[in-house]
Amino acid sequence: MNGLMRWRAPLMSLIVLLLLIGVWHALTLPKAAEQTVDAEYAALIGKAAATGQKSTFPTPADFGKKVWQHLNEPFYDRGSNDKGIGIQLGYSVGRVLIGYLLAALVAVPLGFLIGMSPTVYRALDPFIQVLKPISPLAWMPLALFTLKDSSISAIFVIFICSVWPMLINTAFGVASVRREWLNVARTLEVGPVRTAFRVILPAAAPTIMTGMRISIGIAWLVIVAAEMLVGGTGIGYFVWNEWNNLSITNILTAILAIGLVGMLLDLMLAKLTKLVTFPE
Amino acid sequence: MSDPLIRIEGISKTFAGRDGAATTVFEDLHLSVEPGEFVCLIGHSGCGKTTILNILSGLDQSSSGYVFVGGREVSGPSLDRAVIFQGHALMPWLTVMGNIAFAVGSRWPEWSKEQVRQHCQQYIDLVNLTGSEKKRPAELSGGMKQRVGIARALSIQPKMLLMDEPFSALDALTRGVLQEEVLRICAETQQTVFMITHDVDEAILLADKIILMTNGPHAKIAEIVVNTMPRSRKHHDMHKHPHYYRIRNHLIDFLVDRSKVFASDSPDYDPRNPPLVRPGLDAADVLTAEATKPPIPGKPLVAVVR
Repeated sequence: MNGLMRWRAPLMSLIVLLLLIGVWHALTLPKAAEQTVDAEYAALIGKAAATGQKSTFPTPADFGKKVWQHLNEPFYDRGSNDKGIGIQLGYSVGRVLIGYLLAALVAVPLGFLIGMSPTVYRALDPFIQVLKPISPLAWMPLALFTLKDSSISAIFVIFICSVWPMLINTAFGVASVRREWLNVARTLEVGPVRTAFRVILPAAAPTIMTGMRISIGIAWLVIVAAEMLVGGTGIGYFVWNEWNNLSITNILTAILAIGLVGMLLDLMLAKLTKLVTFPE
Repeated sequence: MSDPLIRIEGISKTFAGRDGAATTVFEDLHLSVEPGEFVCLIGHSGCGKTTILNILSGLDQSSSGYVFVGGREVSGPSLDRAVIFQGHALMPWLTVMGNIAFAVGSRWPEWSKEQVRQHCQQYIDLVNLTGSEKKRPAELSGGMKQRVGIARALSIQPKMLLMDEPFSALDALTRGVLQEEVLRICAETQQTVFMITHDVDEAILLADKIILMTNGPHAKIAEIVVNTMPRSRKHHDMHKHPHYYRIRNHLIDFLVDRSKVFASDSPDYDPRNPPLVRPGLDAADVLTAEATKPPIPGKPLVAVVR
């Protein structure tokens, strides 16, 4: 009985998946009537699709074939516009990690400072409030102009979008460390550095990690858009390039890959958060 | 008698209200605690008990007056004065051993890991927590958490122990067990203790002297009640001692009635020398007590017989 119960949720997931594929399959079934279309469009999209014998949107089978093809050869490199999806994802993950880690290096110590001092908190709060809601992509032209390098600009955009959740959560976590723990440290004559590392940091760690988890999610959302703009490499560029190629199957494959990588990044941060979380 | 370990001279605490008007919680408190003494402070909420303890620990400052510990003025928190907090204040990310080791490592930073561990173990054993070293506070019951708090405070071998209603969050059974253990440990280690409580029986069980505070604002030390029962008191037979009900009635009378009207009913009250009373003794006992024990100079011996 218990064993059966355990499989109920996965079984339901599977049914939902099959249903979705079924609907998709039904919607992309070939239509009977033949249509005449523009010759150039027919050349692009393929003869069968253009004449209506085949749906213009790929069928689940087409998609499956494409995914299989990418899985078999994820890392091929045939020139700047034809790289394997693995390589493109690698570029994107690399940019996200560099921008994200730089943001952490700035945001966590700065957030610590802001959280420790109510005066600094009040002084910097207006800046944070104004800068936080700016779409990171709005920084892109400014970054391109000043940094003069599209790849570094993309990293900067990741930096600027991941810095705020980490900064705000670190400051909040540090500011709300329980008074009694600080009093324990004070009565034990613990110095400020030891208090920061042995009391405030572990006490604020779960809140800091929550901020870091929000940040990685936002960074992964933003990198696709940023790479569409800067071009060259990365999964965002891949999607845009395949749109120009009108290869819907490739776009679908990329969308699936983006989702999976995003999930993996989130899972990793969730694991790390669990490590520093303490039961009260 | 030796010099007092704690000497409080005329401290007061004033808080600025939201409307700018200042509230004086307590004023002109004078008090001394001898080494090895167990002193309890009793009063209603709002008379500044916790503030007094925080001033003694150095976590808070008095608005006026001085506090001397071991002849030196208190200027901030010190490892000489360990605090046992009301809410145990354990760090939930550390184990039992880790919590105590944090204190021991702060007291003796030069010690090796093994030295710290051995020292901690000694105090874990003392509070009967052997076997729970690797548990985290979340896995412990309320009583066990407070035991860790006690072990942490004792482990730094302070000159004195400050306790802020340490047992108030515990159930009655656990409280009784822990109270007797604190009594045993303090007797073993000759610890000087200053404790805040609002539990009359707890004060009678633990304290050598019970300080009675009038109600705030402008709270004062009304009286100092000397516990005339022998130090070997135990929960289960304490009430059989002839002094018990006399002391208890005196304390309850004070808390119920006199704490409100104290200022008006004692015209010759001197805040520097609050009356020292021994309600446990009856008239005949007082005579023998006076014959055998000369009163402390400057401190009038008053017996209240009701």
